[in-house]
Amino acid sequence: MKRRKFDVAAVPAKSAGALDDRFQAATPLRKVLNKVFPDHWSFLLGEIALFSFIVLVLTGVFLTFFFEPAMTEVVYDGSYAPLRGTPMSAAYASSLDLSFDVRGGLVMRQMHHWAALLFMASIVVHMLRVFFTGAFRKPRETNWIIGSLLFWVGFLAGFTGYSLPDDGLSGTGLRIASGIMLSIPVIGSWVTSSIFGGEFPGTIIISRFFIAHVLLIPGLLVALISAHLGLVFKQKHTQWPGPGRTNENVVGERFFPRYVLKQGGFFMVVFGVIALFGGLFQINPIWYFGPYEAWVVSAASQPDWYVMFLDGSTRLMPAWQIDIPIGDGYVIPPLFWPTVVLPGILVGLSLMYPFLEARRLKDHRHHNLLQRPRDVPARTAAGAMALAFFIVLTLSGGNDVIADKFHISLNAMTWAGRVGILILPPLAYYFTHRICLGLQQHDREVLAHGVETGIIKRLPDGRFVEVHQPLSAAEGHDGHAPALDYVGWVVPKKMNRLGALGPAIRGFFYPIEKPAEAPVSPGHPPVEPRPEREEIGSGESRR
Amino acid sequence: MSTHTEHQAPQGREPLDVNDPRLSRFDIVQEGARRDDIEIVHYEQQVVPGTKAERRLARTIALFFLLTGAAATAFLVIYIWWPWQWEPGRGGDKWYTPLLGVTLGIALLGIGFGILTWGKKLLAKEVSIQDRHDQPSSAEDRRIAGETMLFLADEMGIRRRPLLGVSLVAGLLPVGAVVAAPLIGGLITNPHKNNQMFTTGFKPQDGKKIRLIREDGRPIRPADVSVGGQLTVFPGIDGGVSNRHADSPTLLIHLREDDAQKSRAANAREGHGDYMWGNFAAFSKICTHAGCPASLYEQQTNRLLCPCHQSQFLITDNAKPVFGPASRRLPQLPIEVDEEGFFVAKSDYTETIGPDFWERP
Repeated sequence: MKRRKFDVAAVPAKSAGALDDRFQAATPLRKVLNKVFPDHWSFLLGEIALFSFIVLVLTGVFLTFFFEPAMTEVVYDGSYAPLRGTPMSAAYASSLDLSFDVRGGLVMRQMHHWAALLFMASIVVHMLRVFFTGAFRKPRETNWIIGSLLFWVGFLAGFTGYSLPDDGLSGTGLRIASGIMLSIPVIGSWVTSSIFGGEFPGTIIISRFFIAHVLLIPGLLVALISAHLGLVFKQKHTQWPGPGRTNENVVGERFFPRYVLKQGGFFMVVFGVIALFGGLFQINPIWYFGPYEAWVVSAASQPDWYVMFLDGSTRLMPAWQIDIPIGDGYVIPPLFWPTVVLPGILVGLSLMYPFLEARRLKDHRHHNLLQRPRDVPARTAAGAMALAFFIVLTLSGGNDVIADKFHISLNAMTWAGRVGILILPPLAYYFTHRICLGLQQHDREVLAHGVETGIIKRLPDGRFVEVHQPLSAAEGHDGHAPALDYVGWVVPKKMNRLGALGPAIRGFFYPIEKPAEAPVSPGHPPVEPRPEREEIGSGESRR
Repeated sequence: MSTHTEHQAPQGREPLDVNDPRLSRFDIVQEGARRDDIEIVHYEQQVVPGTKAERRLARTIALFFLLTGAAATAFLVIYIWWPWQWEPGRGGDKWYTPLLGVTLGIALLGIGFGILTWGKKLLAKEVSIQDRHDQPSSAEDRRIAGETMLFLADEMGIRRRPLLGVSLVAGLLPVGAVVAAPLIGGLITNPHKNNQMFTTGFKPQDGKKIRLIREDGRPIRPADVSVGGQLTVFPGIDGGVSNRHADSPTLLIHLREDDAQKSRAANAREGHGDYMWGNFAAFSKICTHAGCPASLYEQQTNRLLCPCHQSQFLITDNAKPVFGPASRRLPQLPIEVDEEGFFVAKSDYTETIGPDFWERP
């Protein structure tokens, strides 16, 4: 019997065949490889959040190897001389060790913190993109809800995370959190003592926050992110309107290889930027704050940026205490409204928004094409209003720093915030609405009359008019180009956009095409005549 | 340059026989796309193979990858050999962490830009159109799914045998509660154990009044605090300075003569006439708003400011809140001087310390 030769070249095909025999993978694989994805820079904002989350997991796992989540009192004996001999919790001591006695620990800690800030920031920016372009409309309401939840779960992840080192700043934040829980009517004191295991601060809260921060919340985040991406995959991404793009198709590139390569490259860039930040920019220098002691605090105690709006709302709240004269008397403290009720309303409103809008517009169709913000003035204005609200609160969260740096009275800053929170959001609504209408009108004007050319023409009767370049070549029945329909996409408004007046010399740092050389001597003609530029007319020829 | 531009609708194209040996690989790719309702309407190489432009791009990408290699090697060298440990007198090396960050960042950015350049500039550009297929399932399918589920319910026969349903619910609810009980039951803690929310470390023990002590544990004589000065004091008990008694830190203020008179008059109005000792008054440092230490004392105006949310308390008027979100005054600790000449608390605070809550009387 002849022994068959081993054919190396056939190995990949054979093993692929063997895999398909068992898992029937070829057909689904073809579908994945073939998936078409529409491309636009604004679709990548959510990716930044995803990539930061991956960095968070990687750096976070590193940190858990060295962090000790215990509030046992120890006396610090590490490298950082100024705190040596200070009694502190084991959590704070191990955080100091991470920063000073673990080789490369500080850069990992700072990368983790920066990645968390970037995670929340990109979630917010991504959310704004989705909101202002109407990407949350049917059939994507579920994904909008998941996205909103991701913000709040990320918020919890951030808060539990920066509370872990048990330093002077985060301990104060924890004290405020306990005050917030206490303020809940009826059950407040029971909730607080159950979470803290007794009176604040107790001895267990860091361990509980640790397990929440490294297991429960990340688990929830992974689940929500998977559902979020799965739904994007299943429902297919929205796309901007444009030539050939309809509500029923997806115009773009197939997933592989170019799109995936670009994603991979982008991930590395995000990772690299986080690494640069982690090395170059100090974040949360816990060794300056000292261990948490109930009687120590410094001015300019600010939380991470995504918590500042709640700090701001707390600062602006007037001292309105509600007394309920039943029995011994009960109290609803003023802290309850800006820290429990306000976030509750914000969660509810953001979750409900797609349904509220659909109900108001009686719009129950599928929407796969995005809208330009100007085309939906009411929504855009409402978004601007929400943004103004958020910004006033966030600035108020740092109003003591603003007062200090700009030499403004602290009380004046508080009053400015109180007045601003009532006045600025409606103003933002009004102005955004007007700007949207103005932009819409200008689009229609350009479509009807053409692009401004900057060429001034004098008419026989002495008047001066600006020549407009119509966007349509067709001649209407009255000799003018007919007005074009608006299709929901960018209208060219400058002559360069029409390719008419390109920049004189192309190239960014240096010209990539050389201007025609001047003749060596006046007697010789130029080597190449300059290309004639076509004259821009007004549509009617001047002959 | 290979440019394929098709303008037929995918439905209109005949399916190809992929086993046809004349087909190119791209033809088969297109056929696969067709089967997924994708039409590749435009496919264009960005660089011509074998040209200078292609070689230049390849060099650029290679340069990025080599940069990554160099930066990563630098990272390792710095990580291993750069002096990093803290030493007394010198501190840590201020370049260690920045250098790690920069080399790691450059390494990652190198891969990133290398891959991006590869993907964006070297690979063919295409425009493909895929059908969305986001129509709902057909009415028939919906009916089949619905009927199947109803049939399942029929098979279970809960409607015909209501006892099953009732007993199932009656059995499952307690089991669900059993799942939740250990968690809730284990966590739940009575906030009113030992009356802890209404007492502090200054509560007299066995009839013995508690001394006021400093951070380092020494008791305080009136002469220790100069006029207009203030001092954070703690109960002189075991762990009185530590976070075990986080509700006890107190601010002892030596008021000036005229401020002390105002303060005494205000005390008298509240029936706290004997809370001060001489010109000394002691107020809880724990803000009644959210529990931060209200620790910024402005001597000229006798205001105490909490730096967390800027509540301000007027010390000469029973520490009444005069600005900001706090709604309740800081509790005052009644103090006196014992026979040895040290400050003691006459009794515990007579009002509740710290942030407000529902059942605070």
